Amino acid sequence: MLKHFHPSLEDHRIAKLAAFAIALHMLEAVVPSPLPGVKPGIANIVTLYVMCQYGFAKAAWVSLLRVLASSLLLGQFLSPGFALSLAGAGLSLACLYAGMHLPKRWFGPVSLSILAAFAHIAGQLMVVRFWLIPHAGVAYLVPVFAVAALFFGTINGLITAQLLKPKAH
Amino acid sequence: MLNLKSLHKYLLLGDWLVLLLAGLLVCMSFLSLWQNAPAAKVQISVADKVYATYSLNQAREIHVRGPLGKAVIQIAKGKARFAKSPCNSQYCVHQGWLSKAGQVAICIPNQISLALVGEAKPYDALNY
Repeated sequence: MLKHFHPSLEDHRIAKLAAFAIALHMLEAVVPSPLPGVKPGIANIVTLYVMCQYGFAKAAWVSLLRVLASSLLLGQFLSPGFALSLAGAGLSLACLYAGMHLPKRWFGPVSLSILAAFAHIAGQLMVVRFWLIPHAGVAYLVPVFAVAALFFGTINGLITAQLLKPKAH
Repeated sequence: MLNLKSLHKYLLLGDWLVLLLAGLLVCMSFLSLWQNAPAAKVQISVADKVYATYSLNQAREIHVRGPLGKAVIQIAKGKARFAKSPCNSQYCVHQGWLSKAGQVAICIPNQISLALVGEAKPYDALNY
């Protein structure tokens, strides 16, 4: 029964971080973009930060809660936009899970961020190609999305690295 | 705040490698997917079916009916564009004239798309 559910401190933390990710997602939704679909994806900074700080399971929670709640707030739950979001988030989580096992000595948040960004566009383009626009011409857009993924993936990774830096002084 | 001068501190050796590989991937995608050949024909698709293919040599206007209504596609001087579309966003119309092989204009709401094709496709099947 619901009234016997006692949220733990961990639950609260996930909720707070997800709320922060949702806020970033909303912020981004109002910023116009030159090409539909090219977005900085700043909410992914939260996902990456949570993964590095609290582990993969919490990052997955935060990311999926963000996709679900944002789609409800934007009124696109179960719409193509939601499917795109979910495919992107899902595939980049899978990629982060794999990337987590890279040796930490050589691969930092920037690597993970770039991998996740590419996985994100790969997931979205698959939805577009196989469901929304079953048309080989979609390939024409791939380079544009790839440039965006590289650029924003790097920036988001650098911001995450900065956030993760221990505050010694 | 992000300190631009100290950014390199956050990049480990593997990060540079990932950056390099991703950069190469981006360059390759441009080289392989954006061919600069002029187009010869425009292929119009409605939903997932090819509706018609027209030569770009002859100026004409084509009226195509999609789920939202009638879109007008204009062909002139080796180029093609969405001249009118009943969709809300008008992304397809704002995309303007297409002239290179491989270019596409896609109207998701009305499910109509234009794809320019060259004289001959560089390949029609690949075998390994």
